[in-house]
Amino acid sequence: MNWFTRRLRRLAPQLAALAIILGVISLVAPGFLTVSVQNGRLYGSLIDILVRAAPVALLTVGMTLVIATRGIDLSIGAVIAICGAVAATLISEGYPLPVVIAVSLGVGIACGLWNGVLVAVLDIQPIIATLILMVAGRGIAQLITEGVILTFNDDTFSALGSGALAGIPIPIYLWIGTALAIGLLIRRTALGFLIEATGINRRAASLAGVRARFLLFSAYAISGLCAAIAGMIVTADIRGADANNAGLWLELDAILAVVVGGTSLNGGRFSITASLIGALIIQSINTGILVSGFPPEFNLIIKAGIIIVVLTLQSPAIVTVFGFIKATRRGDKLNHGAKEATR
Amino acid sequence: MKKALVAATAAAIFATLASGVSAKSLTVGFSQIGSESGWRAAETTLTKQQAEKRGITLKFADAQQKQENQIKAIRGFIAQGVDAILIAPVVSTGWDAVLKEAKEEKIPVILLDREIDSPKDLFLTAVTSDQVYEGKVAGEWLAKDVGSKDCKVVELQGTTGSSPAINRKKGFEEGIKAASNIKIVRSQTGDFTRTKGKEVMESFIKAEGGGKDICAVYAHNDDMAVGAIQAIKEAGLKPGTDIKIVSIDAVPDIFQAMAKGEANATVELTPNMAGPAFDALEAYLKDKKEPKKWIQTESKLYTQKDDPMKIYEAKKGLGY
Repeated sequence: MNWFTRRLRRLAPQLAALAIILGVISLVAPGFLTVSVQNGRLYGSLIDILVRAAPVALLTVGMTLVIATRGIDLSIGAVIAICGAVAATLISEGYPLPVVIAVSLGVGIACGLWNGVLVAVLDIQPIIATLILMVAGRGIAQLITEGVILTFNDDTFSALGSGALAGIPIPIYLWIGTALAIGLLIRRTALGFLIEATGINRRAASLAGVRARFLLFSAYAISGLCAAIAGMIVTADIRGADANNAGLWLELDAILAVVVGGTSLNGGRFSITASLIGALIIQSINTGILVSGFPPEFNLIIKAGIIIVVLTLQSPAIVTVFGFIKATRRGDKLNHGAKEATR
Repeated sequence: MKKALVAATAAAIFATLASGVSAKSLTVGFSQIGSESGWRAAETTLTKQQAEKRGITLKFADAQQKQENQIKAIRGFIAQGVDAILIAPVVSTGWDAVLKEAKEEKIPVILLDREIDSPKDLFLTAVTSDQVYEGKVAGEWLAKDVGSKDCKVVELQGTTGSSPAINRKKGFEEGIKAASNIKIVRSQTGDFTRTKGKEVMESFIKAEGGGKDICAVYAHNDDMAVGAIQAIKEAGLKPGTDIKIVSIDAVPDIFQAMAKGEANATVELTPNMAGPAFDALEAYLKDKKEPKKWIQTESKLYTQKDDPMKIYEAKKGLGY
């Protein structure tokens, strides 16, 4: 079996789920799949999905790595708020764009390293270690914005959220670019393999010479970096930093995307691509609900219902049942064949 | 906590000093929920301003969203023997015991901005806005503005199930009931945030034929309206002219949009709840006149004609 079919087989459940969801939405909302060009940029609900998925997709890249190390990062929603607040403050004080971006990314990485210290050096369980920044982070962001929605008018920075390059909205470049860069870095080197080893058994990996502590630091730092990019997109999009609401609960969407993508929360083997498709599935559901015209009271139930179906189809129990049915059928045929032969 | 303690002691010292200077000046304790939104911050600022204007000594306690902090603060106010207590209650239940303590000490209590489920004799009055009426004012403005033309409205609701979302929806529907030419074609929640307001509006525009069929947006708060305005601009339409924008709250940013002609009307949820409260309190203390149990604040309508830039400048400093 060559590389391509192996990849396809890994991604098949996620791709199928995405295709079915898009298909169902296009039945409910005609014109959903139409993509046209308007004002020199691509325009349509599918494009909306790709743009609106940007924050969760970015978080998902970092979250996949952290989960692969058998950790979890609950702080990224708050890191979005912090980095957004930092970016908005610097922009409104007139700093040049490269400085704003560099400082925001730096703050994101610093947040990640803080989590790294708690997890890798102090050996605090990741869910608790990152919970600290999840709670404190929003407070820090509110301190930076002084409790108000900090608005700014800067067309170059807000292009990060709502601009377009060659007809394609910039957030799409940002999340696909980041995912490609990190994916290549991880998979074209041994890093991904070493992260999996750390996630499966940190002690054994350390004994085998893997620098597990460094890898943990890197995973959380990358997670912080991704959150910083997401924070800038969210802030640029509404031309303001909303410390109370920016990135609120997005860490849970990111965890969900990783799980829908089939990566185990027990760490070890992971697929960034599958997680990203998971993020697209979640955003397709969100956008689908909006265009379909259901009353808002149904939003969460519809979302939960679809997720349950997707997860059930992937669950080990169902896979065993399917395997069993297949095996019995084959067995029947064999038995049948044997009877024919004896006759 | 420490900070609150220091503030309370400082306030107590000030109070004794003040009472030494003039025996007549009132001392009022104010237990605020916290500073979770810009509106709340503006309410705090205005309460302090109103107190200063009337020569009232205000003792301020921030409860940081916790009822137990509020109860502690109220007990503190009672122990210090204040003349009256203002509470912006964080939840609607669980106030009976502490309010009885205040009543025994004959300290009148006034509720700001929200009501509670306690016997009516435990508090002097409640100063709140009428959320249904706010929606109605917005609806009536739209009905008058579009006249007899057909008008498809999309609605950006607040957080599903929250009382402002339910009441402002109900009120708007009442406001447009008489106008059969106005129809709400789509209604979704934008969670009271800019980001969600923008995202939902983007989808509405796509679902309603590129937005050309939409005549107006009704948003349950200004923040969602600001998000919707950006979505409309990015779809190549003109907010304020192609699609009318009407929302509620009257926060500073919507006046900026109105000054640019991108928003049409907003209904004010006034942060000045303390003004009417102090009025009622002073009347009560002067000649024991019991006020009504509910004082409704004004839900004022602002449009582009009201010199929005001037109002923006006036509101900017309030801490929104």
